Amino acid sequence: MLEFVALRVARMFVTIFVIVTAVFFATRLSGDALDFVVAPGMTEEDRIALTAYYGLDGTTWQQYVRYLGAFMQGEFGLSFLERRPVAEIVAERIWPSLQLLLASVGFTLSVSIPLGVIAAVYRQSWIGSAVMSLAFLGYAIPNFVLATLLVLIFAYTLNWLPVVGNGTVWHFLMPTFALSAYMIAGLTRFTRNAMLDVLSQDYMRTARAKGLAERVVILKHGLRNASITVLSVVGLQIAGLAASGSVVVETIFSWPGLGDLLVESAIRRDYPVLQFGVLSVAVAVILINTIVDLAYTWADPRLRLARA
Amino acid sequence: MADIPDTAPSRLRLPRLGLRDLWAEADSIQRIAALLAISLALAALLAPWIAPYDPTAQSLLSRLRPPVGFERFKDGFWLGTDELGRDMLSRGLYGLRLTLTLAMLGACIGLAVGSVLGLLAGVVGGIADSLVMALVDVQIAVPFTLIALLVVAVFGADIEVLIIVLGVYGWEQYARIVRGEVLKLREMPFVEAARATGASQARIALVHILPNVTSPLVVQFTLAFSNIVLLESTLSFLGLGVQPPTATLGSMVGIGRDYMPSAPWIVMVPAVAILLVTFAVQIMGDWLRDRADVRLRGR
Repeated sequence: MLEFVALRVARMFVTIFVIVTAVFFATRLSGDALDFVVAPGMTEEDRIALTAYYGLDGTTWQQYVRYLGAFMQGEFGLSFLERRPVAEIVAERIWPSLQLLLASVGFTLSVSIPLGVIAAVYRQSWIGSAVMSLAFLGYAIPNFVLATLLVLIFAYTLNWLPVVGNGTVWHFLMPTFALSAYMIAGLTRFTRNAMLDVLSQDYMRTARAKGLAERVVILKHGLRNASITVLSVVGLQIAGLAASGSVVVETIFSWPGLGDLLVESAIRRDYPVLQFGVLSVAVAVILINTIVDLAYTWADPRLRLARA
Repeated sequence: MADIPDTAPSRLRLPRLGLRDLWAEADSIQRIAALLAISLALAALLAPWIAPYDPTAQSLLSRLRPPVGFERFKDGFWLGTDELGRDMLSRGLYGLRLTLTLAMLGACIGLAVGSVLGLLAGVVGGIADSLVMALVDVQIAVPFTLIALLVVAVFGADIEVLIIVLGVYGWEQYARIVRGEVLKLREMPFVEAARATGASQARIALVHILPNVTSPLVVQFTLAFSNIVLLESTLSFLGLGVQPPTATLGSMVGIGRDYMPSAPWIVMVPAVAILLVTFAVQIMGDWLRDRADVRLRGR
């Protein structure tokens, strides 16, 4: 088991290193990144000074080595536009994103797990089909279309909900729903399939033969066994889905989070911010995935023994 | 747009069947989706001939006219006009055409790149295998939207860049499927026989192994296609895809958002078109996958 953990963590660091390197060289491929910063009337000296200020002097390899060195010391560069440390800019955005993420994951779990169980138990009846049709809709509607339609209905037509910002609880409703729909669809389907796998197991028949109430059979013997698989998917997929989804949702609702920052810096070509923003989100996703993977292995005795 | 796969793709296998058999066993929703997919493809294909106006032709006198059936409707502009007086029907048709073209190109590039790398990893093995799988690891670890944002920001919001970004999407799925199948097939008697008769590695890979991987690839292609439509629409929506006046369905929603309170049809027309596309493609993808996965039969 220890060997497995060590291997998994080592793989995580390799992945992170590859990403840091790839992101660095990708942003250098575009030619002179400063072209977008330097004002037309600038003198040559000013230009050189500015280049040195942002650490863009020397060959690409020299820059790369310097970049890695600074990275180790926790210096991630300065924003082209705001001229302050990117870490500071990104840090300001973390909490709003996290709030939205937590609200969405909470909402997703509380909706999709009951729905998935219901869809599995009533798979022969119309209830099961209705749930799966709903899940399909959540899958087929792109989140930006959903968010736009929500705004059209609840903000412009009915005037019930605010569109911009994250000031009150009301501000959370539309972004949370828009971000959750796709995750709910995926997780409902997955819970259903995991439950179906469990429902056909021998121990379910045993539990019924013992004379246990159906509710106990389904929830205690069924859901509990399915939950390990379900939770591992939550961990492995939700981080990635939420990262992609929040880029769109935060932009639409002007949510002051990381996704909004990423799109803004991509459009304004503020490479240092974009670079660090992408890296932080990627590293967060990888960290979460590694932890979930390890927890999953630990929680499932079959895997724990197989990988020991 | 990571997918939550219900099943491991490597286990998929598509039995050979004629189109007629497929149609016969389809339920009504699947038939509707198939017909819808065909009509959308035709509409996209024939856009230059069936569109009533040039999609970029502006007519400032008939700006922001609503679709047929509403007050102030102007004859000839069946789905209304946008903020520059351009015909929404024509723009929608051309947007659909571009969206589907981009998605098709992207899906084909991803299929080609992924299959070649997967073949390479499986057939050659050794360092090639480790390298490809390390890349697969990285690609899976990073949410693709982030990669797309970075690439588009660096290389500019250009149509060629967009095609490449869409092409890179999902290659790792194909690579994994192909590699897995190759590892399985490599030990089969017919491949051994080919090797014994002196066939080269390239010949074994292309003639003996690749045809046997086709079915799972077809299923993956359909699933990837709908995700690529979504990705393209999302990037264009954010303003990182094609640039005006050229429009895809996604960028039409993105730009139309500014006029939403007063002229909601500017958003509704492309939004509904996107919904129809994803609806049709998703149902067909699910259909193929369920067909291919024996374990799901009867569920």
